[in-house]
Amino acid sequence: MRAANSKNSIETHNAVISIKGLYKSFGDLDVLKGIDLEVFKGENVVVLGRSGTGKSVLIKIIVGLLRPDAGTVDVFGERADVLMGKQLDALRLRIGFSFQNSALYDSMNIKQNLEFPLKMNFKHLQKAEITNAVEEVLEAVGLKDKMNRMPSDLSGGQKKRIGIARTLILKPEIMLYDEPTSGLDPITCEEINELINEVQEKYNTTSIIITHDLTCAKATGDRVAMMLEGKFLSAGTFDEVFKIQDERVQRFYKYNFTES
Amino acid sequence: MTPSTTHKHLLSEGIDDFFTGVYNAYRFFIRFFKEVVKPPFHWREVISQCYEVGVKSLVLITLTGFVTGIVFTKQSRPSLEAFGAASWLPSLISIALIRALGPLVTALICAGKVGSSIGAELGSMKVSEQIEAMEVSAINPFKYLVVSRILATTITIPILALYCSFLGLLGAYMNVHEIEKTSFVNFFNTGLASISFIDLYTSLAKSVVFGLTIGMVGCYKGFNASQGTRGVGRAANQAVVLSMFLVFIEEILIVQVGNWISYF
Repeated sequence: MRAANSKNSIETHNAVISIKGLYKSFGDLDVLKGIDLEVFKGENVVVLGRSGTGKSVLIKIIVGLLRPDAGTVDVFGERADVLMGKQLDALRLRIGFSFQNSALYDSMNIKQNLEFPLKMNFKHLQKAEITNAVEEVLEAVGLKDKMNRMPSDLSGGQKKRIGIARTLILKPEIMLYDEPTSGLDPITCEEINELINEVQEKYNTTSIIITHDLTCAKATGDRVAMMLEGKFLSAGTFDEVFKIQDERVQRFYKYNFTES
Repeated sequence: MTPSTTHKHLLSEGIDDFFTGVYNAYRFFIRFFKEVVKPPFHWREVISQCYEVGVKSLVLITLTGFVTGIVFTKQSRPSLEAFGAASWLPSLISIALIRALGPLVTALICAGKVGSSIGAELGSMKVSEQIEAMEVSAINPFKYLVVSRILATTITIPILALYCSFLGLLGAYMNVHEIEKTSFVNFFNTGLASISFIDLYTSLAKSVVFGLTIGMVGCYKGFNASQGTRGVGRAANQAVVLSMFLVFIEEILIVQVGNWISYF
Protein backbone atom coordinates (compact mmCIF):
# COMPACT_ATOMS: atom_id res chain seq x y z
CA MET A 1 0.00 0.00 0.00
CA ARG A 2 1.24 3.41 -0.99
CA ALA A 3 0.64 5.16 2.34
CA ALA A 4 3.34 3.18 4.07
CA ASN A 5 5.97 4.41 1.64
CA SER A 6 4.71 7.95 1.22
CA LYS A 7 7.27 10.63 2.00
CA ASN A 8 4.69 13.39 2.13
CA SER A 9 2.62 13.98 5.21
CA ILE A 10 -1.12 14.29 4.87
CA GLU A 11 -2.55 17.33 6.60
CA THR A 12 -5.80 15.87 7.90
CA HIS A 13 -6.91 19.20 9.33
CA ASN A 14 -6.59 20.86 5.93
CA ALA A 15 -9.28 19.77 3.44
CA VAL A 16 -8.30 20.93 -0.03
CA ILE A 17 -11.46 19.57 -1.62
CA SER A 18 -14.72 19.41 0.28
CA ILE A 19 -17.82 18.01 -1.40
CA LYS A 20 -21.20 18.03 0.31
CA GLY A 21 -24.53 16.56 -0.84
CA LEU A 22 -23.66 16.39 -4.53
CA TYR A 23 -26.38 15.42 -6.98
CA LYS A 24 -26.15 15.21 -10.73
CA SER A 25 -28.49 13.74 -13.31
CA PHE A 26 -28.58 13.64 -17.10
CA GLY A 27 -32.16 13.66 -18.29
CA ASP A 28 -33.90 10.86 -16.46
CA LEU A 29 -30.66 9.22 -15.40
CA ASP A 30 -29.58 10.02 -11.85
CA VAL A 31 -25.79 9.67 -11.78
CA LEU A 32 -24.70 11.16 -8.46
CA LYS A 33 -27.14 10.74 -5.58
CA GLY A 34 -25.70 12.59 -2.63
CA ILE A 35 -21.91 12.47 -2.58
CA ASP A 36 -19.91 13.70 0.41
CA LEU A 37 -16.11 13.67 0.25
CA GLU A 38 -13.18 15.47 1.84
CA VAL A 39 -9.71 15.28 0.36
CA PHE A 40 -6.83 16.49 2.52
CA LYS A 41 -3.66 18.21 1.44
CA GLY A 42 -1.01 15.78 0.25
CA GLU A 43 -3.16 12.64 0.05
CA ASN A 44 -4.13 10.42 -2.86
CA VAL A 45 -7.78 9.45 -2.77
CA VAL A 46 -8.90 6.68 -5.09
CA VAL A 47 -12.54 6.64 -6.19
CA LEU A 48 -13.41 3.09 -7.15
CA GLY A 49 -16.52 1.90 -8.84
CA ARG A 50 -18.12 0.22 -11.81
CA SER A 51 -18.16 1.88 -15.20
CA GLY A 52 -20.99 4.36 -15.62
CA THR A 53 -21.47 5.04 -11.91
CA GLY A 54 -20.51 8.70 -12.15
CA LYS A 55 -16.85 8.66 -11.10
CA SER A 56 -15.72 10.80 -14.02
CA VAL A 57 -18.72 13.10 -13.57
CA LEU A 58 -17.52 13.73 -10.01
CA ILE A 59 -14.08 15.03 -11.07
CA LYS A 60 -15.54 16.95 -14.00
CA ILE A 61 -17.71 18.81 -11.48
CA ILE A 62 -14.65 19.53 -9.31
CA VAL A 63 -12.89 21.20 -12.25
CA GLY A 64 -16.02 23.06 -13.39
CA LEU A 65 -16.60 21.15 -16.64
CA LEU A 66 -20.03 20.10 -15.37
CA ARG A 67 -22.38 21.84 -12.96
CA PRO A 68 -24.10 19.87 -10.19
CA ASP A 69 -27.88 19.86 -9.76
CA ALA A 70 -27.47 20.27 -6.00
CA GLY A 71 -24.72 20.25 -3.38
CA THR A 72 -21.51 22.19 -2.93
CA VAL A 73 -17.92 21.71 -4.07
CA ASP A 74 -15.27 23.70 -2.22
CA VAL A 75 -11.76 23.67 -3.66
CA PHE A 76 -9.12 25.70 -1.78
CA GLY A 77 -12.03 27.29 0.07
CA GLU A 78 -13.71 28.51 -3.12
CA ARG A 79 -17.06 27.29 -4.45
CA ALA A 80 -15.91 25.52 -7.64
CA ASP A 81 -19.52 24.65 -8.51
CA VAL A 82 -20.53 28.29 -8.94
CA LEU A 83 -17.30 29.98 -10.10
CA MET A 84 -17.31 31.54 -13.57
CA GLY A 85 -14.94 33.29 -15.96
CA LYS A 86 -11.54 34.43 -14.73
CA GLN A 87 -12.09 33.12 -11.20
CA LEU A 88 -12.79 29.65 -12.56
CA ASP A 89 -9.74 29.88 -14.85
CA ALA A 90 -7.56 30.88 -11.88
CA LEU A 91 -8.80 27.83 -9.99
CA ARG A 92 -8.28 25.56 -12.99
CA LEU A 93 -4.64 26.62 -13.19
CA ARG A 94 -4.19 25.04 -9.76
CA ILE A 95 -5.83 21.77 -10.83
CA GLY A 96 -4.34 19.26 -13.27
CA PHE A 97 -6.72 16.95 -15.12
CA SER A 98 -5.44 13.81 -16.78
CA PHE A 99 -8.03 12.52 -19.26
CA GLN A 100 -8.93 8.87 -19.78
CA ASN A 101 -7.94 9.05 -23.45
CA SER A 102 -5.10 11.51 -22.78
CA ALA A 103 -6.82 14.18 -24.98
CA LEU A 104 -3.56 15.28 -26.60
CA TYR A 105 -4.01 17.90 -29.33
CA ASP A 106 -3.50 15.72 -32.38
CA SER A 107 -2.62 18.59 -34.72
CA MET A 108 0.38 19.54 -32.54
CA ASN A 109 3.56 17.62 -31.80
CA ILE A 110 4.48 16.71 -28.22
CA LYS A 111 6.54 19.86 -27.64
CA GLN A 112 3.72 22.07 -28.92
CA ASN A 113 1.21 20.15 -26.80
CA LEU A 114 3.24 20.93 -23.70
CA GLU A 115 4.03 24.52 -24.64
CA PHE A 116 0.43 25.37 -25.47
CA PRO A 117 -1.00 25.82 -21.93
CA LEU A 118 2.05 27.84 -20.90
CA LYS A 119 2.00 30.10 -23.95
CA MET A 120 -1.73 30.72 -23.62
CA ASN A 121 -1.72 31.45 -19.89
CA PHE A 122 1.67 33.09 -19.30
CA LYS A 123 2.36 35.34 -22.26
CA HIS A 124 5.28 37.03 -20.49
CA LEU A 125 7.37 33.84 -20.45
CA GLN A 126 10.52 33.79 -22.59
CA LYS A 127 11.08 31.05 -25.16
CA ALA A 128 13.98 29.60 -23.13
CA GLU A 129 11.83 29.40 -19.99
CA ILE A 130 9.11 27.54 -21.88
CA THR A 131 11.65 25.13 -23.40
CA ASN A 132 13.14 24.46 -19.96
CA ALA A 133 9.70 23.77 -18.51
CA VAL A 134 8.92 21.36 -21.36
CA GLU A 135 12.19 19.51 -20.90
CA GLU A 136 11.65 19.31 -17.14
CA VAL A 137 8.22 17.71 -17.35
CA LEU A 138 9.25 15.40 -20.17
CA GLU A 139 12.13 14.24 -18.01
CA ALA A 140 9.73 13.76 -15.08
CA VAL A 141 7.61 11.38 -17.19
CA GLY A 142 10.66 9.77 -18.83
CA LEU A 143 9.87 10.74 -22.42
CA LYS A 144 12.36 13.46 -23.25
CA ASP A 145 13.29 11.74 -26.51
CA LYS A 146 9.70 12.00 -27.84
CA MET A 147 9.63 15.79 -27.90
CA ASN A 148 9.24 16.16 -31.67
CA ARG A 149 6.93 13.22 -32.24
CA MET A 150 3.25 13.52 -33.06
CA PRO A 151 0.69 12.04 -30.60
CA SER A 152 -0.29 9.45 -33.23
CA ASP A 153 3.28 8.06 -33.09
CA LEU A 154 3.02 7.22 -29.38
CA SER A 155 1.74 4.12 -27.60
CA GLY A 156 -1.22 4.30 -25.18
CA GLY A 157 1.05 4.39 -22.13
CA GLN A 158 3.25 7.10 -23.62
CA LYS A 159 0.18 9.19 -24.43
CA LYS A 160 -0.96 8.90 -20.81
CA ARG A 161 2.46 10.05 -19.63
CA ILE A 162 2.43 13.03 -22.00
CA GLY A 163 -1.11 13.85 -20.86
CA ILE A 164 0.15 13.90 -17.27
CA ALA A 165 3.20 15.97 -18.32
CA ARG A 166 0.90 18.53 -19.97
CA THR A 167 -0.93 19.03 -16.70
CA LEU A 168 2.29 19.12 -14.67
CA ILE A 169 3.73 21.94 -16.74
CA LEU A 170 1.28 24.32 -15.03
CA LYS A 171 2.54 23.08 -11.62
CA PRO A 172 -0.90 22.12 -10.25
CA GLU A 173 -1.57 21.62 -6.56
CA ILE A 174 -4.32 19.08 -7.23
CA MET A 175 -4.17 16.24 -9.76
CA LEU A 176 -7.32 14.55 -11.03
CA TYR A 177 -6.66 11.29 -12.87
CA ASP A 178 -9.50 9.82 -14.93
CA GLU A 179 -8.90 6.07 -15.38
CA PRO A 180 -5.11 6.41 -15.64
CA THR A 181 -4.50 2.72 -16.32
CA SER A 182 -7.47 1.81 -18.51
CA GLY A 183 -6.57 0.02 -21.71
CA LEU A 184 -2.93 -0.52 -20.76
CA ASP A 185 -0.93 -3.72 -20.30
CA PRO A 186 0.03 -4.73 -16.70
CA ILE A 187 3.64 -3.53 -16.97
CA THR A 188 2.62 -0.12 -18.34
CA CYS A 189 -0.07 0.06 -15.63
CA GLU A 190 2.63 -0.48 -13.03
CA GLU A 191 4.75 2.28 -14.61
CA ILE A 192 1.79 4.67 -14.57
CA ASN A 193 1.10 3.83 -10.91
CA GLU A 194 4.74 4.59 -10.08
CA LEU A 195 4.50 7.83 -12.03
CA ILE A 196 1.40 8.90 -10.06
CA ASN A 197 3.29 8.30 -6.81
CA GLU A 198 6.40 10.08 -8.12
CA VAL A 199 4.29 13.08 -9.16
CA GLN A 200 2.72 13.19 -5.72
CA GLU A 201 6.10 13.11 -4.01
CA LYS A 202 7.98 15.44 -6.36
CA TYR A 203 5.27 18.07 -6.87
CA ASN A 204 3.55 17.59 -3.49
CA THR A 205 0.15 17.31 -5.13
CA THR A 206 -3.17 16.22 -3.70
CA SER A 207 -4.81 13.70 -6.02
CA ILE A 208 -8.09 12.06 -6.82
CA ILE A 209 -7.67 8.93 -8.90
CA ILE A 210 -10.72 7.55 -10.67
CA THR A 211 -10.34 3.89 -11.52
CA HIS A 212 -11.85 0.43 -11.47
CA ASP A 213 -8.38 -1.13 -11.40
CA LEU A 214 -7.79 -2.42 -7.85
CA THR A 215 -4.05 -2.83 -8.41
CA CYS A 216 -3.86 0.86 -9.27
CA ALA A 217 -6.03 1.69 -6.23
CA LYS A 218 -3.81 -0.33 -3.92
CA ALA A 219 -0.58 1.06 -5.35
CA THR A 220 -1.54 4.73 -5.42
CA GLY A 221 -4.26 5.37 -2.85
CA ASP A 222 -3.84 6.60 0.71
CA ARG A 223 -7.58 6.32 1.00
CA VAL A 224 -10.15 4.53 -1.13
CA ALA A 225 -13.79 5.48 -1.60
CA MET A 226 -16.06 2.85 -3.12
CA MET A 227 -18.82 4.29 -5.28
CA LEU A 228 -21.87 2.24 -6.11
CA GLU A 229 -25.06 3.46 -7.74
CA GLY A 230 -24.18 7.12 -7.37
CA LYS A 231 -23.24 7.01 -3.68
CA PHE A 232 -20.18 6.18 -1.64
CA LEU A 233 -20.75 2.81 -0.05
CA SER A 234 -17.62 2.95 2.07
CA ALA A 235 -14.36 4.85 2.46
CA GLY A 236 -11.09 4.17 4.25
CA THR A 237 -7.86 2.35 3.57
CA PHE A 238 -7.87 -0.27 0.83
CA ASP A 239 -8.08 -3.13 3.34
CA GLU A 240 -10.85 -1.46 5.34
CA VAL A 241 -13.00 -0.95 2.25
CA PHE A 242 -12.68 -4.54 1.08
CA LYS A 243 -13.41 -5.99 4.53
CA ILE A 244 -17.04 -4.97 4.05
CA GLN A 245 -19.30 -7.94 3.51
CA ASP A 246 -21.23 -6.54 0.59
CA GLU A 247 -21.67 -8.87 -2.35
CA ARG A 248 -20.95 -6.18 -4.96
CA VAL A 249 -17.74 -5.09 -3.21
CA GLN A 250 -16.56 -8.67 -2.84
CA ARG A 251 -17.26 -9.42 -6.51
CA PHE A 252 -15.21 -6.35 -7.41
CA TYR A 253 -12.34 -7.63 -5.28
CA LYS A 254 -12.51 -11.22 -6.44
CA TYR A 255 -12.47 -10.27 -10.11
CA ASN A 256 -9.20 -8.41 -9.63
CA PHE A 257 -7.48 -10.62 -7.08
CA THR A 258 -8.82 -14.15 -7.55
CA GLU A 259 -6.08 -16.67 -6.99
CA SER A 260 -5.84 -19.08 -9.87
CA MET B 1 -34.46 14.77 -1.41
CA THR B 2 -33.37 13.86 -4.88
CA PRO B 3 -33.17 16.99 -7.02
CA SER B 4 -33.21 15.15 -10.34
CA THR B 5 -35.91 16.17 -12.76
CA THR B 6 -37.87 14.17 -15.26
CA HIS B 7 -37.74 15.88 -18.65
CA LYS B 8 -41.05 15.87 -20.45
CA HIS B 9 -41.46 17.15 -23.98
CA LEU B 10 -43.64 20.22 -24.46
CA LEU B 11 -44.77 19.21 -27.95
CA SER B 12 -43.21 16.19 -29.61
CA GLU B 13 -39.55 15.17 -29.21
CA GLY B 14 -38.69 16.24 -32.77
CA ILE B 15 -40.29 19.70 -32.49
CA ASP B 16 -38.74 20.30 -29.07
CA ASP B 17 -35.33 19.29 -30.42
CA PHE B 18 -35.74 21.63 -33.40
CA PHE B 19 -36.53 24.66 -31.25
CA THR B 20 -33.82 23.76 -28.74
CA GLY B 21 -31.39 23.57 -31.67
CA VAL B 22 -32.49 26.98 -32.98
CA TYR B 23 -32.13 28.49 -29.50
CA ASN B 24 -28.67 26.95 -29.02
CA ALA B 25 -27.56 28.17 -32.46
CA TYR B 26 -28.80 31.67 -31.55
CA ARG B 27 -26.80 31.59 -28.29
CA PHE B 28 -23.73 30.38 -30.18
CA PHE B 29 -24.16 33.26 -32.68
CA ILE B 30 -24.50 35.86 -29.91
CA ARG B 31 -21.54 34.39 -28.01
CA PHE B 32 -19.36 34.83 -31.11
CA PHE B 33 -20.12 38.57 -31.27
CA LYS B 34 -19.44 38.93 -27.55
CA GLU B 35 -16.14 37.03 -27.68
CA VAL B 36 -14.83 38.56 -30.90
CA VAL B 37 -14.42 42.01 -29.33
CA LYS B 38 -13.03 40.73 -26.03
CA PRO B 39 -9.26 40.22 -25.52
CA PRO B 40 -7.11 38.16 -25.74
CA PHE B 41 -6.94 38.11 -29.54
CA HIS B 42 -5.36 35.05 -31.11
CA TRP B 43 -4.14 36.72 -34.31
CA ARG B 44 -1.61 34.01 -35.09
CA GLU B 45 -4.37 31.40 -35.09
CA VAL B 46 -6.59 33.65 -37.24
CA ILE B 47 -3.77 34.02 -39.81
CA SER B 48 -3.10 30.28 -39.72
CA GLN B 49 -6.81 29.60 -40.34
CA CYS B 50 -6.91 32.20 -43.15
CA TYR B 51 -4.09 30.21 -44.76
CA GLU B 52 -6.06 26.98 -44.30
CA VAL B 53 -9.21 28.48 -45.79
CA GLY B 54 -7.62 30.63 -48.48
CA VAL B 55 -4.47 29.08 -49.81
CA LYS B 56 -5.71 25.52 -49.61
CA SER B 57 -8.92 26.36 -51.53
CA LEU B 58 -7.07 28.35 -54.19
CA VAL B 59 -6.59 25.58 -56.76
CA LEU B 60 -10.25 24.57 -56.65
CA ILE B 61 -11.47 28.19 -56.81
CA THR B 62 -9.09 28.96 -59.69
CA LEU B 63 -10.28 26.00 -61.71
CA THR B 64 -13.97 26.52 -60.96
CA GLY B 65 -13.89 30.28 -61.57
CA PHE B 66 -12.07 29.91 -64.85
CA VAL B 67 -14.30 27.11 -66.14
CA THR B 68 -17.45 28.97 -65.03
CA GLY B 69 -16.37 31.99 -67.10
CA ILE B 70 -15.70 29.89 -70.19
CA VAL B 71 -18.87 27.80 -69.94
CA PHE B 72 -21.10 30.78 -69.16
CA THR B 73 -19.75 32.67 -72.18
CA LYS B 74 -20.15 29.68 -74.47
CA GLN B 75 -23.74 29.12 -73.33
CA SER B 76 -24.75 32.79 -73.52
CA ARG B 77 -23.27 33.60 -76.95
CA PRO B 78 -25.88 31.80 -79.15
CA SER B 79 -28.83 33.49 -77.42
CA LEU B 80 -27.25 36.95 -77.63
CA GLU B 81 -26.21 36.42 -81.26
CA ALA B 82 -29.81 35.50 -82.13
CA PHE B 83 -30.79 39.04 -81.09
CA GLY B 84 -27.69 40.60 -82.65
CA ALA B 85 -26.43 41.50 -79.17
CA ALA B 86 -23.14 39.56 -79.04
CA SER B 87 -21.33 42.82 -78.14
CA TRP B 88 -23.18 42.76 -74.83
CA LEU B 89 -21.34 39.60 -73.77
CA PRO B 90 -18.63 41.35 -71.67
CA SER B 91 -21.28 43.37 -69.79
CA LEU B 92 -23.56 40.39 -69.26
CA ILE B 93 -20.75 38.19 -68.03
CA SER B 94 -19.30 40.87 -65.73
CA ILE B 95 -22.67 41.53 -64.13
CA ALA B 96 -23.43 37.85 -63.73
CA LEU B 97 -20.01 36.95 -62.32
CA ILE B 98 -19.48 39.89 -60.00
CA ARG B 99 -23.04 40.22 -58.76
CA ALA B 100 -23.95 36.57 -58.42
CA LEU B 101 -21.82 33.73 -59.71
CA GLY B 102 -18.45 34.66 -58.16
CA PRO B 103 -19.71 34.96 -54.56
CA LEU B 104 -22.16 32.07 -54.91
CA VAL B 105 -19.76 29.60 -56.54
CA THR B 106 -17.04 30.49 -54.00
CA ALA B 107 -19.46 30.10 -51.11
CA LEU B 108 -20.67 26.71 -52.33
CA ILE B 109 -17.12 25.45 -52.81
CA CYS B 110 -16.09 26.73 -49.39
CA ALA B 111 -19.22 25.31 -47.76
CA GLY B 112 -18.18 21.91 -49.10
CA LYS B 113 -14.46 22.11 -48.54
CA VAL B 114 -14.01 24.45 -45.58
CA GLY B 115 -17.34 23.90 -43.79
CA SER B 116 -16.93 20.14 -43.72
CA SER B 117 -13.29 20.43 -42.68
CA ILE B 118 -14.12 22.76 -39.76
CA GLY B 119 -17.06 20.58 -38.71
CA ALA B 120 -14.96 17.41 -38.79
CA GLU B 121 -11.92 18.95 -37.08
CA LEU B 122 -13.84 20.52 -34.20
CA GLY B 123 -16.13 17.48 -33.97
CA SER B 124 -13.13 15.20 -33.65
CA MET B 125 -11.62 17.50 -31.00
CA LYS B 126 -14.92 17.47 -29.13
CA VAL B 127 -15.41 13.71 -29.01
CA SER B 128 -11.76 13.06 -28.10
CA GLU B 129 -12.03 15.53 -25.17
CA GLN B 130 -9.43 17.91 -26.65
CA ILE B 131 -11.84 20.84 -26.22
CA GLU B 132 -12.36 19.92 -22.56
CA ALA B 133 -8.57 19.61 -22.20
CA MET B 134 -8.31 23.26 -23.28
CA GLU B 135 -10.98 24.29 -20.79
CA VAL B 136 -9.27 22.61 -17.86
CA SER B 137 -6.01 24.34 -18.85
CA ALA B 138 -7.84 27.68 -18.42
CA ILE B 139 -7.89 28.27 -22.18
CA ASN B 140 -11.13 29.47 -23.73
CA PRO B 141 -11.72 26.99 -26.58
CA PHE B 142 -14.53 29.09 -28.03
CA LYS B 143 -12.21 32.04 -28.37
CA TYR B 144 -9.24 30.04 -29.64
CA LEU B 145 -10.99 27.60 -31.98
CA VAL B 146 -14.35 29.10 -32.92
CA VAL B 147 -13.70 32.84 -33.10
CA SER B 148 -10.48 32.38 -35.06
CA ARG B 149 -12.12 30.08 -37.61
CA ILE B 150 -15.21 32.25 -38.11
CA LEU B 151 -13.01 35.34 -38.52
CA ALA B 152 -10.86 33.46 -41.03
CA THR B 153 -13.82 32.42 -43.20
CA THR B 154 -15.37 35.90 -42.95
CA ILE B 155 -12.14 37.57 -44.08
CA THR B 156 -11.00 35.03 -46.65
CA ILE B 157 -14.17 34.08 -48.52
CA PRO B 158 -14.83 37.64 -49.86
CA ILE B 159 -11.24 37.73 -51.15
CA LEU B 160 -11.70 34.32 -52.76
CA ALA B 161 -15.00 35.48 -54.28
CA LEU B 162 -13.31 38.49 -55.92
CA TYR B 163 -10.53 36.21 -57.13
CA CYS B 164 -13.11 33.75 -58.49
CA SER B 165 -14.96 36.55 -60.32
CA PHE B 166 -11.70 37.78 -61.83
CA LEU B 167 -10.77 34.26 -62.97
CA GLY B 168 -14.26 33.88 -64.44
CA LEU B 169 -13.81 37.12 -66.39
CA LEU B 170 -10.42 35.89 -67.55
CA GLY B 171 -11.98 32.65 -68.81
CA ALA B 172 -14.74 34.63 -70.51
CA TYR B 173 -12.19 36.97 -72.11
CA MET B 174 -10.24 34.02 -73.52
CA ASN B 175 -13.40 32.63 -75.05
CA VAL B 176 -14.47 36.01 -76.48
CA HIS B 177 -10.95 36.73 -77.72
CA GLU B 178 -10.83 33.38 -79.53
CA ILE B 179 -13.79 34.41 -81.70
CA GLU B 180 -13.76 38.21 -81.85
CA LYS B 181 -10.08 39.05 -81.23
CA THR B 182 -11.13 41.64 -78.63
CA SER B 183 -8.26 43.20 -76.68
CA PHE B 184 -7.88 42.46 -72.97
CA VAL B 185 -8.27 46.15 -72.03
CA ASN B 186 -11.31 46.63 -74.23
CA PHE B 187 -13.04 43.55 -72.82
CA PHE B 188 -12.49 44.57 -69.22
CA ASN B 189 -13.37 48.24 -69.88
CA THR B 190 -16.65 47.26 -71.51
CA GLY B 191 -17.43 44.67 -68.89
CA LEU B 192 -16.59 46.71 -65.82
CA ALA B 193 -18.34 49.85 -67.16
CA SER B 194 -21.62 48.09 -66.49
CA ILE B 195 -20.70 47.41 -62.86
CA SER B 196 -21.62 50.04 -60.29
CA PHE B 197 -20.17 50.50 -56.81
CA ILE B 198 -23.46 49.23 -55.41
CA ASP B 199 -22.88 45.99 -57.29
CA LEU B 200 -19.40 45.67 -55.86
CA TYR B 201 -20.48 46.51 -52.31
CA THR B 202 -23.44 44.13 -52.48
CA SER B 203 -21.20 41.41 -53.83
CA LEU B 204 -18.65 41.94 -51.07
CA ALA B 205 -21.33 42.20 -48.38
CA LYS B 206 -22.84 38.99 -49.66
CA SER B 207 -19.49 37.20 -49.49
CA VAL B 208 -18.91 38.48 -45.95
CA VAL B 209 -22.31 37.07 -44.92
CA PHE B 210 -21.56 33.79 -46.71
CA GLY B 211 -18.15 33.56 -44.99
CA LEU B 212 -19.69 34.26 -41.60
CA THR B 213 -22.39 31.66 -42.22
CA ILE B 214 -20.00 28.92 -43.38
CA GLY B 215 -17.65 29.49 -40.43
CA MET B 216 -20.49 29.76 -37.94
CA VAL B 217 -22.31 26.62 -39.12
CA GLY B 218 -19.10 24.54 -39.37
CA CYS B 219 -18.01 25.59 -35.89
CA TYR B 220 -21.46 25.17 -34.35
CA LYS B 221 -21.88 21.66 -35.72
CA GLY B 222 -18.32 20.63 -34.80
CA PHE B 223 -18.37 22.23 -31.36
CA ASN B 224 -21.60 20.41 -30.49
CA ALA B 225 -20.70 17.02 -31.96
CA SER B 226 -21.38 13.96 -29.85
CA GLN B 227 -21.53 10.18 -30.05
CA GLY B 228 -18.01 9.38 -31.24
CA THR B 229 -16.83 9.03 -34.81
CA ARG B 230 -20.40 8.78 -36.07
CA GLY B 231 -21.08 12.19 -34.55
CA VAL B 232 -17.99 13.62 -36.27
CA GLY B 233 -19.22 12.41 -39.66
CA ARG B 234 -22.67 13.79 -38.96
CA ALA B 235 -21.23 17.16 -37.88
CA ALA B 236 -19.21 17.44 -41.11
CA ASN B 237 -22.17 16.43 -43.23
CA GLN B 238 -24.65 18.75 -41.51
CA ALA B 239 -22.16 21.62 -41.72
CA VAL B 240 -22.13 21.31 -45.52
CA VAL B 241 -25.86 20.81 -46.00
CA LEU B 242 -26.96 23.55 -43.60
CA SER B 243 -24.43 26.14 -44.77
CA MET B 244 -25.35 25.54 -48.44
CA PHE B 245 -29.03 25.88 -47.59
CA LEU B 246 -28.41 29.12 -45.68
CA VAL B 247 -26.18 30.48 -48.47
CA PHE B 248 -29.04 30.07 -50.98
CA ILE B 249 -31.54 31.76 -48.65
CA GLU B 250 -29.12 34.64 -47.99
CA GLU B 251 -28.42 35.00 -51.72
CA ILE B 252 -32.11 35.56 -52.42
CA LEU B 253 -32.54 37.99 -49.50
CA ILE B 254 -29.44 40.04 -50.27
CA VAL B 255 -30.29 40.29 -53.99
CA GLN B 256 -33.71 41.55 -53.00
CA VAL B 257 -32.26 44.11 -50.59
CA GLY B 258 -29.67 45.15 -53.21
CA ASN B 259 -32.46 45.69 -55.74
CA TRP B 260 -34.39 47.87 -53.28
CA ILE B 261 -31.26 49.95 -52.60
CA SER B 262 -30.64 50.36 -56.36
CA TYR B 263 -34.28 51.35 -56.85
CA PHE B 264 -34.06 54.17 -54.32
